[in-house]
Amino acid sequence: MNGALVESREWLVAQRWLLPVLILIGFGLAFAIPEYGWFNKYVQLVMMYVGINVILAVSLNLVNGYMGEFSLAHAGFMAVGAYTSALLTMKVLPVLDYPALFPIAILAGGAMAALFGLIVAVPSFKTRGDYLALITLAFLMIVKSLIENIDYIGGPRGIPGIRKLTTLPWVFFWVVVTIWVIRNFVYSKYGRGVLSVREDEIASDLMSVNTRRVKFLAFAVSSFFAGIAGGLFAHLLQFISPRVFDIIKTTDILIMVYLGGIASIGGSILGATVYTVLLELLRPSTVAAMLSWLPDVVFEPLNEHFIQHLGIWRMVIMPLALVLVMIFWPRGMMGLREFRWFIPKRDLEAHHRGAEHEGRHDVPHGQ
Amino acid sequence: MTTLSEGIVYLLQQMLNALQLGSIYALIALGYTMVYGILTMINFAHGDVFMVGAFFCFLAAVYLGLPFVPALLLTMLGTALLGVAIERLAYKPLRHAPRVSAIITALGVGIFLENFTLALAPYPKHIPMLLENVTWNLGGISLSSLQVIIIFLSLGLMFLLDFMVHRTPVGMAMRAISWDKTFVPLMGVPVDLVISITFAIGAGLAGAAGTMYGLAYPVIDPYMGIMVGWKAFISAVVGGIGNIRGAMIGAFILGGVEIMVAAFLPSTYRDFVAFTLLLALLIVRPYGILGSPRVQKV
Repeated sequence: MNGALVESREWLVAQRWLLPVLILIGFGLAFAIPEYGWFNKYVQLVMMYVGINVILAVSLNLVNGYMGEFSLAHAGFMAVGAYTSALLTMKVLPVLDYPALFPIAILAGGAMAALFGLIVAVPSFKTRGDYLALITLAFLMIVKSLIENIDYIGGPRGIPGIRKLTTLPWVFFWVVVTIWVIRNFVYSKYGRGVLSVREDEIASDLMSVNTRRVKFLAFAVSSFFAGIAGGLFAHLLQFISPRVFDIIKTTDILIMVYLGGIASIGGSILGATVYTVLLELLRPSTVAAMLSWLPDVVFEPLNEHFIQHLGIWRMVIMPLALVLVMIFWPRGMMGLREFRWFIPKRDLEAHHRGAEHEGRHDVPHGQ
Repeated sequence: MTTLSEGIVYLLQQMLNALQLGSIYALIALGYTMVYGILTMINFAHGDVFMVGAFFCFLAAVYLGLPFVPALLLTMLGTALLGVAIERLAYKPLRHAPRVSAIITALGVGIFLENFTLALAPYPKHIPMLLENVTWNLGGISLSSLQVIIIFLSLGLMFLLDFMVHRTPVGMAMRAISWDKTFVPLMGVPVDLVISITFAIGAGLAGAAGTMYGLAYPVIDPYMGIMVGWKAFISAVVGGIGNIRGAMIGAFILGGVEIMVAAFLPSTYRDFVAFTLLLALLIVRPYGILGSPRVQKV
């Protein structure tokens, strides 16, 4: 980068008042886009999926990135939130008459997920690493299996006919809330506790960090927002079943987190956005639409032999890309770095100094 | 259950089924536990290697028209090569990376194998009967020749492995590497080769399991490896991961529990009970039945 560019970037980074302005503009856009139909319905849908995935990735990053555990339970928390809020809007709350009740249903979903998060936090007091990963996996499978066995909530068939209440402004609102809360949590006293657990649990215990409380809080906050995302997801897809929330869903979120980079909110935002948009771009219809300007002689065989088969092959390409990222780019887009607008002023200087000799952060799983 | 003797016969029958399921789990669990023992890494792609094994068996039986024994050997060879390829291409570059990168990579390899197979074989396949299946009736208990072959073949392979690990130079090298990775190479042990051999053996056993699973439950699909793989992994953990005999014990326990749950409760509770068992065991005895706790040094 040449000097002028660096200088203008430094200037831009210093204009911290821009962040609230951008959020306000974002809100304006979130209301305006569906109102005036600026993009077609499909693009709006993708935007909402991006938002939900950002919530999921940022919240999972709290446990997997900042705390350095390896949780596989995120789709389980999501399922708890989705089922709780969907049942509330369908059977309890008169949402049709009072649309203002929708956030209450979402909040209830998040709260229920947070309760389950507390349960998962308990075994994490004694176990770490691979064995904790297993416990979270077992939790995910138990949630899925329980839902399959309760007939009242649809069993393996799931719940169809959920009202479509999730809108772009709501998604944007919850994205902002998630990022705000987790950012403040990470840079709070407890956030430092979370980081110290990642670096060395025994040492942080000795330094009078209440590691149990830290873990409780981290799991609760993380699963709360997974539940929120689940609620939004259910009221967007309008259909949920236990199969939606299986290990593949968790893997998706994991890919977003590690693609974006651990211990970075900005990274999770980027990772979730890039991954979601890439998957959508690789859809046969999208690729066909994007390449339709090609002359027919080229387009027709390309379409027949390649584009029409992308539906399955994109699911082959994505995991392959993940493996390549892990081998050649193990820190992801922004591993252990952060958008500087997200870093509190008092931490900026320390962050600068830390960035110069950051070698030892490379091992999130202290052995 | 009208009389006591009928009850006993039913129980014995279920125990036989449990033995069959347990042997298949054990063969897969061995692959998990060997890799963990030597690299302390969970090879999440192992369940999908098992699935690929079932598909190799399908190819050998349908397209090459091979009978049972050559098909089994070819499948084991195929999956062993696949295991080595995965290790060399995906895991070896990450041997010194943060552990979490290796886990993610393994998950990625697993999804890749599933979807790659799905892209090539979009519909479930049916494995033809490679063996003449005779069913004997022993005082009310039905015993098929397939069951006998599965159980004895698995037990034979397990004893062979146990002998290899505890009585041969290669096995000694494996145990040495799992003990210490810094000084063992200095003693002239070819670490990379031994690790590749470990992956080859583990994947070969998974291929054998895939063949036998495909014969016992003939409809195979690309996602069959996920659940069976997790179950085998639970077996390895229950027995104490890294411990070969523990993996066998764990597999027979899990097979027994699953069959008994299915016999006495609605079968949809099977996964629920299996995972609850895992959770309870991990909380009570986090290092499994035969495992020993790792001491964490500060």
